[in-house]
Amino acid sequence: MITSKDVDHISWLASIKLGEDELEQFVAQFNSILEYFHELDGVDTEGVEPTYRVVDLANIFRDDSVKASLSQEAALKNAPKREEGYFKSPRIV
Amino acid sequence: MLAQLREQILAGSAEEYLSRLFDRIDRSKLNAFTTLDRENALGQAREFDRSPRKGLMAGIPIAIKDGISTMGIETTCSSRILKGYIPPYDAHVIERLKAEGAIIMGKTNMDEFAMGTSTETSAFGPTRNPWDLQRVPGGSSGGSAACVAAGEAPCSLGSDTGGSVRCPASFCGVVGLKPTYGLVSRYGLIAYANSLEQIGPITRTAEDSAFLLDVIAGHDPRDSTSAPAAAKGRYLDGLDGGVKDLLIGVPDEYFGEGVDPMVEKAVWDSVSVLEGLGATWQRVSLPHTRYALATYYIIAMSECSSNLARFDGLRYGRRPGDDKDWHTTFSEIRSAGFGPEAKRRILLGTYALSAGYYGRYYLKALQVRTLIKQDFERALEKVDLLASATMPFPAFRIGERISDPLSLYMADIFTVPVNLAGVPAISIPCGFADGLPIGLQLIGRPFQESLLLRAAQAYQATTPHHLRTPEVA
Repeated sequence: MITSKDVDHISWLASIKLGEDELEQFVAQFNSILEYFHELDGVDTEGVEPTYRVVDLANIFRDDSVKASLSQEAALKNAPKREEGYFKSPRIV
Repeated sequence: MLAQLREQILAGSAEEYLSRLFDRIDRSKLNAFTTLDRENALGQAREFDRSPRKGLMAGIPIAIKDGISTMGIETTCSSRILKGYIPPYDAHVIERLKAEGAIIMGKTNMDEFAMGTSTETSAFGPTRNPWDLQRVPGGSSGGSAACVAAGEAPCSLGSDTGGSVRCPASFCGVVGLKPTYGLVSRYGLIAYANSLEQIGPITRTAEDSAFLLDVIAGHDPRDSTSAPAAAKGRYLDGLDGGVKDLLIGVPDEYFGEGVDPMVEKAVWDSVSVLEGLGATWQRVSLPHTRYALATYYIIAMSECSSNLARFDGLRYGRRPGDDKDWHTTFSEIRSAGFGPEAKRRILLGTYALSAGYYGRYYLKALQVRTLIKQDFERALEKVDLLASATMPFPAFRIGERISDPLSLYMADIFTVPVNLAGVPAISIPCGFADGLPIGLQLIGRPFQESLLLRAAQAYQATTPHHLRTPEVA
């Protein structure tokens, strides 16, 4: 069983603040969804390799050559706060 | 139809044709579009009329799902958190469309970040089904399917992570193709669950689906999962080859409990039609089907919790007022910006990947994914393609399932296994139940879209279902 304390912790990990009502609703919904997920407990996966991707590709390299890219102005255009050509973040410490 | 439309536009006027579409959209009750790029599009049409240019899509308008980046046109994934975001670059598929002369009309409504089966989780309100305005159009590419069904656009693009092209195509009575993973570049597709999703065409006919796939398929080095084998085009070639050489598999697990009897009958009737055209069929088994939904949702939620971490109001999005500390600022922006379904999936994915649960949920799901993929490999060794219903029932009512997430997830039972296996599938109209369209799903081997399209074309050449249009204003 997942508790409101668990959901509160997950919301901190995911950086999504939850209201009281939202939190309580999620606790109930998460328990029924996780219970459904436990259906997989019955599958024998001993020795089965996981499938991370379906295309058989690994380590795709390209030449390290200079090409045209976004201008600084275009890259910053959607930023709500910027300063001297940088994205401006909230204080970290 | 698109090939003929191109000739009609060339002989007539691109501006006149496009104006008629915008007039229709203005009168529409569907809410299929989130953004119309009216002035730009009409300007391009006028320019085309003055000096026609060449290209497969010359002068043809197209509607684009709002999760695909369009340079200079607002792209929101139907989420408040991206309101006002204007991409500084085009997705690969948009570059391809423009290179062939297509005109981008606007962006279509979707479930927020493509998370849903009904387009009800959009921050801009649900899209309505053109066959019955009280019903959902399916999702997540609901706007893209509804606008094509209602004649508001001749064709559109959607994206399909767990059925998001095929489900709305089925509910709206149009054709939706989910290509093999790696055939179409995901560059510029805003990621939800990146190991599962592909961009795909939504059209009225199989021929048009081949026509659009010719434009958007092909290798792109900017998507590291783009298959080098993703050959460009020529899907129109051999489209009329018929089905005489084809052996069709009908999976036992895709029938029975939970499937509307009218849907089952329509699927069996379709198999009979293909048999009448010379195909043979046999029953096959996909034994791990019952585990596909749990597997899909664990993987999709895990991937989305990582992919959606980038939405924090730093590089794009809104960040009003004074900043607080780092974590508080971002947590409040994400709380206000994401809707309930996006939050549910991010949080459950975070849980599935967190310390102590990774092995039980995420790793276990990846192992079961292997078994599901092997089911398809074994079945498709014996038969050329599989036939089933796309959705277990026709379109449901708006509001009917949205309050119970798990019941909504259950609707995806026949579509998600295809994404887990990475194989291609197409949904084509195959009948009606009380006036609502039913979709037939054909599933093929990797990179054998040609075969799927050939079977779909043969089916449409002898059946009338795709010719019926809804009575919408």
